Amino acid sequence: MTPTPTQVVRIGAGQGFWGDWLEAPWRQVTGGEGKPIDYLMMDYLAEVTMSIMQKQKSRDPTLGYAKDFIPLMRRLLPVLAERRIKVTTNAGGVNPAACAEAVATTARGLGLGGKLRIGVVTGDDLLGRLDALLAAGHTLNNLDTGRPLADVRERVQSANAYLGAGPVVEALRRGADIVITGRVTDTGLTLGPMMHAFNWPADAWDLLAAGTVAGHTIECGAQCSGGNCLIDWDRVPDLANVGYPIVEAHPDGTFDITKHPGTGGRVSVPGVTEQLVYEMGDPRAYITPDCVADFTTIRLRQAGKDRVRFSGIRGRPATDKLKVSAAYFYGYKAVGTLVYAWPDAYRKARLADRVLRQRLKDLGLEFEAILTEFVGVDATHGPLALREMETADVPEVQLRVGVRARELAPVERFTREIAPLILNGPPSVTGFAGGRPKPEEIVAYWPALIDKTMVQPCVNIVAV
Amino acid sequence: MRKHRRRVKPTIRLVAIAHARSGDKGDTANVGLIALKPEDYPLLVAQVTAARVARHFKGMIRGPVERFELPNLHALNFLLHGALDGGGTISLKTDAQGKVFSTALLRMEIAAPTRR
Repeated sequence: MTPTPTQVVRIGAGQGFWGDWLEAPWRQVTGGEGKPIDYLMMDYLAEVTMSIMQKQKSRDPTLGYAKDFIPLMRRLLPVLAERRIKVTTNAGGVNPAACAEAVATTARGLGLGGKLRIGVVTGDDLLGRLDALLAAGHTLNNLDTGRPLADVRERVQSANAYLGAGPVVEALRRGADIVITGRVTDTGLTLGPMMHAFNWPADAWDLLAAGTVAGHTIECGAQCSGGNCLIDWDRVPDLANVGYPIVEAHPDGTFDITKHPGTGGRVSVPGVTEQLVYEMGDPRAYITPDCVADFTTIRLRQAGKDRVRFSGIRGRPATDKLKVSAAYFYGYKAVGTLVYAWPDAYRKARLADRVLRQRLKDLGLEFEAILTEFVGVDATHGPLALREMETADVPEVQLRVGVRARELAPVERFTREIAPLILNGPPSVTGFAGGRPKPEEIVAYWPALIDKTMVQPCVNIVAV
Repeated sequence: MRKHRRRVKPTIRLVAIAHARSGDKGDTANVGLIALKPEDYPLLVAQVTAARVARHFKGMIRGPVERFELPNLHALNFLLHGALDGGGTISLKTDAQGKVFSTALLRMEIAAPTRR
């Protein structure tokens, strides 16, 4: 049965990560030729983004969110209001309330006072409760290593539970036009509007799984509509004008992935399939706070030009845990590069690497790791490509050496050992215009689980 | 180049019959391998085993390889553990996020299908 238009909800992806194409959300809300989207979904948070925001907040309590979101909203708000498009975004980072306040100020400045409600979702931030949680026996063991968080407690810079679609639904139900969250899952930002629009109960596992799959498909923006698409990549039309994906969802859990007419890119079954398997673990158990989706039940069909129909999706009950993402100070790293030219570019680069390593050793510097890559030879495919490259006299090779240590001193000293190679190492070397490499702080990611009962999502509505 | 054993069956590279996308979860890279034609999916299932993929990536990954089947998408999903030098911000690799393990897998050679 083809659903009637009133049974369709259209959710457009505007940002796949913090730093994605600034034109994408504008095009999503202004495009559509009389068929506008109902929701604009924007994902801003990667795993260690929260620690960067936490640092900004500690310096200035009015910061700690995706700052780019404010000028973006200044541009979008008049159109959003005119077309009655709602927004779901996790741009709030570690300070959703301050983000909402900044948006409210911007909205008032645009003459939208009295016309806008902002939903603010909090409750994900565990940093202030960390010691109490640990003391109460929530050890937050690292999912990869099994180690308890107590090991790195004094170095933890942020800790957030991943909230699901629930608080997004609540904010929409209470009339929010813009929902600003902290660490809500990428998928929850798409599932939330669907649950709200279709009144899906929180235990309709198949429907929730369908909304979760929809969210996974569009959470990386154009990666499902022609961007970073391997199949027939040189025949993807007009990438310069790429259309970001739109979910057209139906109450029965079927949905289409499509994009605005007149945009570039491509929505096809193979292209969408590439995105479905992206960052996939066990496909039968895609675990979110909302449900456990089974990706082996997804049925795909090309339902028209740039339109893929999803159906058949099954889900299982959610688990009683939430994922926690903590970030902790780990150490320092630096990467130095030099470019060697023909003839024998690769051999020269290898000699330079041996010379450099000898000098680091003679200096008595201790590193946790030294990694050498030869860009143009083995940096992407390692020894698999080397077999073919060893005999090829390539025009140039970039020597790329990275070091990592717990202390700053050896990393700092390493950064001074690159430039000397230009005059006292192998010949035909160039490409050092960037100057001495800079030591970088490493803030590492600590994934863990926590009992759901320990986390209470909170929704506030701010009237502008 | 392949080692010269007896000339047995002709081989093809996976890139001729499959496409792929890869990404990261911590220190684990995932590679989704998708048959270009549905009829080649059984060939992937039969030949691109976890053990075979582990051999292919020998020296590039420190941990085991897991394989999952998605017959509905004519796809296999591989988890390559210990592939990313610690992963995320810790990694010193150019490909710290495992983005091009996809095409690295497509270099793999398998026995050519006998058809038509």
